[in-house]
Amino acid sequence: MAVRLQYENSNDIGVFANLTNSYCITALGGSENFYSVFQSELASDIPVVKTSIAGTRLVGRMSVGNKNGLLLPNSVTDQELLHMRNSLPDDLIIQRVDERLSALGNCIACNDYVALIHPDLDEETEEIVADVLGVEVFRQTIAGNTLVGSYCCFTNQGGVVHPQTTIQDLDELSSLLQVPLVAGTMNRGSDVISAGLIANDWAAFCGLDTTSTELQVVENILKLKQLQPSSLVTNLRASLVDALV
Amino acid sequence: MFGVQQHNAPGHVLCCMCGVGMPPNPAGMCVDCIRSQVDITDGIQKQCTVLYCNQCARYLQPPRHWIRADLESKELLTFCIKRVKGLGKVKLTDAGFIWTEPHSKRLKIKLTVQKEVLNGAILQQTFVVEFVVEWHMCDACSRAAANADQWTACVQVRQKVEHKRTFLFLEQLILKHGMEANTIGIKSQPDGLDFYYGSRSHGLKLLDFLQQVVPVRARHDKQLVSHDANNNTYNYQYTFMVEIVPVCKEDIVCLPHKVSLGLGGVGPIMLVTRVGASFQLTDPSTLRQIWVAADQYYRSPYKPIGSAKMMTEYIVLDIEPADMGRQRAGKYLLADVQVARLADFGVNDVILHAKTHLGHHLNPGDTAFGYDLASLQIVDPELEKYKHGVQLPDVLLVKKSYQEKRRRRRQKGVGRGWKLQRMDIAEEEAAGGAKGAREEERRANDEELFMQELEEDEDVRAQVQIFRDAAAQPRAAAATNDDEDDDDDDVPEVPIECLLDELSLNRRVDPDVGGGGGDEYDEDDGDEYEEGEEDEEMAD
Repeated sequence: MAVRLQYENSNDIGVFANLTNSYCITALGGSENFYSVFQSELASDIPVVKTSIAGTRLVGRMSVGNKNGLLLPNSVTDQELLHMRNSLPDDLIIQRVDERLSALGNCIACNDYVALIHPDLDEETEEIVADVLGVEVFRQTIAGNTLVGSYCCFTNQGGVVHPQTTIQDLDELSSLLQVPLVAGTMNRGSDVISAGLIANDWAAFCGLDTTSTELQVVENILKLKQLQPSSLVTNLRASLVDALV
Repeated sequence: MFGVQQHNAPGHVLCCMCGVGMPPNPAGMCVDCIRSQVDITDGIQKQCTVLYCNQCARYLQPPRHWIRADLESKELLTFCIKRVKGLGKVKLTDAGFIWTEPHSKRLKIKLTVQKEVLNGAILQQTFVVEFVVEWHMCDACSRAAANADQWTACVQVRQKVEHKRTFLFLEQLILKHGMEANTIGIKSQPDGLDFYYGSRSHGLKLLDFLQQVVPVRARHDKQLVSHDANNNTYNYQYTFMVEIVPVCKEDIVCLPHKVSLGLGGVGPIMLVTRVGASFQLTDPSTLRQIWVAADQYYRSPYKPIGSAKMMTEYIVLDIEPADMGRQRAGKYLLADVQVARLADFGVNDVILHAKTHLGHHLNPGDTAFGYDLASLQIVDPELEKYKHGVQLPDVLLVKKSYQEKRRRRRQKGVGRGWKLQRMDIAEEEAAGGAKGAREEERRANDEELFMQELEEDEDVRAQVQIFRDAAAQPRAAAATNDDEDDDDDDVPEVPIECLLDELSLNRRVDPDVGGGGGDEYDEDDGDEYEEGEEDEEMAD
């Protein structure tokens, strides 16, 4: 199920939080509401960490990560780095990246196997992304936008990209990522997908303005509905039958 | 699902509101949803009121312009669109009338507007604006329809002198400054004019104007016409009595002893040389000049001892500057002059000696107007109050005379190339017979003198508007036979650069309505002019 929420009256929740399959980072807020939503949805499975990055609340845009690792800009303070090392799982590699384009979340989009990066990122950064996150890296644009991290959001299940993406691009990206993609909008028609949507393989969070149509598109493509117990059983049965036959 | 697609075209996305498939757009919504979400006509007036003068079929273009436009005409559409508030924020792409009954007092226009909404999507919308046509008589029509007897304010302007030259000048001043615009009637009275107004403030405006241009004293009166005790409202008729100082230009006055002493022993015989909000007195024998304001005058009033009618014509025999030409004031130069009466010239050898302020203006052989103080019957109480008596000069010259030259020019057939505007003044009942003829002659005489003054005095001319007389033949054409001596060239006349071209409005009177509100105007060109206000342009 996708959850709709707001960060201090802003619908761009993707700016203030980062969600992966093994952890969740949220911004420090004036109230606990934003953090509590993640806590109630995720705390049973993964750690939810409240932190700032380089003194800002823009944790979603400054950092990028997956289940293997977390990349932070070089403006992050030692204290914040220490805090995250302490709070996040021990097997997670946390790496500072010396990159001119410091809003890593805007420049890099990834799931646990593949990453799309901004065409202008350094070779070094590309290597770090590949090593730390353990992914295959592609320099890409989305519908002519170089900020691939802003205009798409994908998990191991599927992804949503900028609404102006051509069918050709959609096919190409889909074959690169090996997941189904759909062009869509978030937050009642906004094309900045990852500002309105943060997702991992079993949970998704959208801005409060997101309409039910948009939510449905997200749930379908990220296969969140099928995680209901009943659908799990039918899925299992189908594969069992498949295996037996 | 969405059929065959062009491969490099953007695919379909779902409308974020209704989920229908659509090509992506900046709003992320299908057109129907955008329509339901935003109303670009929000903030645009859908109903307006326009004022329409039923009498002259014109619409009010605020603040005070009335324009004529036919139903469903281009002009009316322009006018209507201008009246709709809020159209500045959108782009107007189409407009047209929707037919309404001509007598319904409604106008409907259909407007199509475009506006950028929701991150760059351009939305187009069509809507109808309804105008309620309210009938409201325009100022010009209501003035024409007003009955001059139903006035609220009356300004009675009086000057107790024998001629009407002051009022002729005043008329020109009033016309130039458009002060007659609000009057509902102007009546001529024996000693002046009555101006009638529909409201008190209009009367006060004229009063203020008069106080700025002529020396006056004014009195305010009001009479209760009706009174509503329940509403505590009172209905008054206001009368402003304006008395103009009975001292005119070219008059001579004898200052009262006290006034003379107060001004440093000036005079006492003084010539009035200029009249504005206050008037200027000049002592022709010393060139001392003083300005007297109206309130100063009325503290100790005095009457002129001689006025233009009593002037005699002299011929200048000799003139030379007095005191080596050191005594001068403005355009005046003190001079000793020897003159003889024009009537005596060639009859006897009476030569009169005098001092005059006209040293610059007169030359031997010129004719000049002056007061014959030696033979004039002067009855003035002030004069007798001077203990040691007053040494009166034999003659007091006032101005250079062009009478003879003017007469010669008229014989040649050279007329005035200019004319003046006139106000619409209701004359009192003309007296019949000889008296009426005498009145008529006096009025013509006053007018002639006033026009001569305009020709001679630039200062006065600068204050009024003079129009080119299309009917008068140009001077060059008339004076073709230049063989005889042409010594009349120095006759002052109005230079052609000073003349204005008149705008003519051909008044077409509706036969069944008669005069008044039903008047129609055929304008020469397509532009609209406000009635009563004529736009002049400089000739040349």
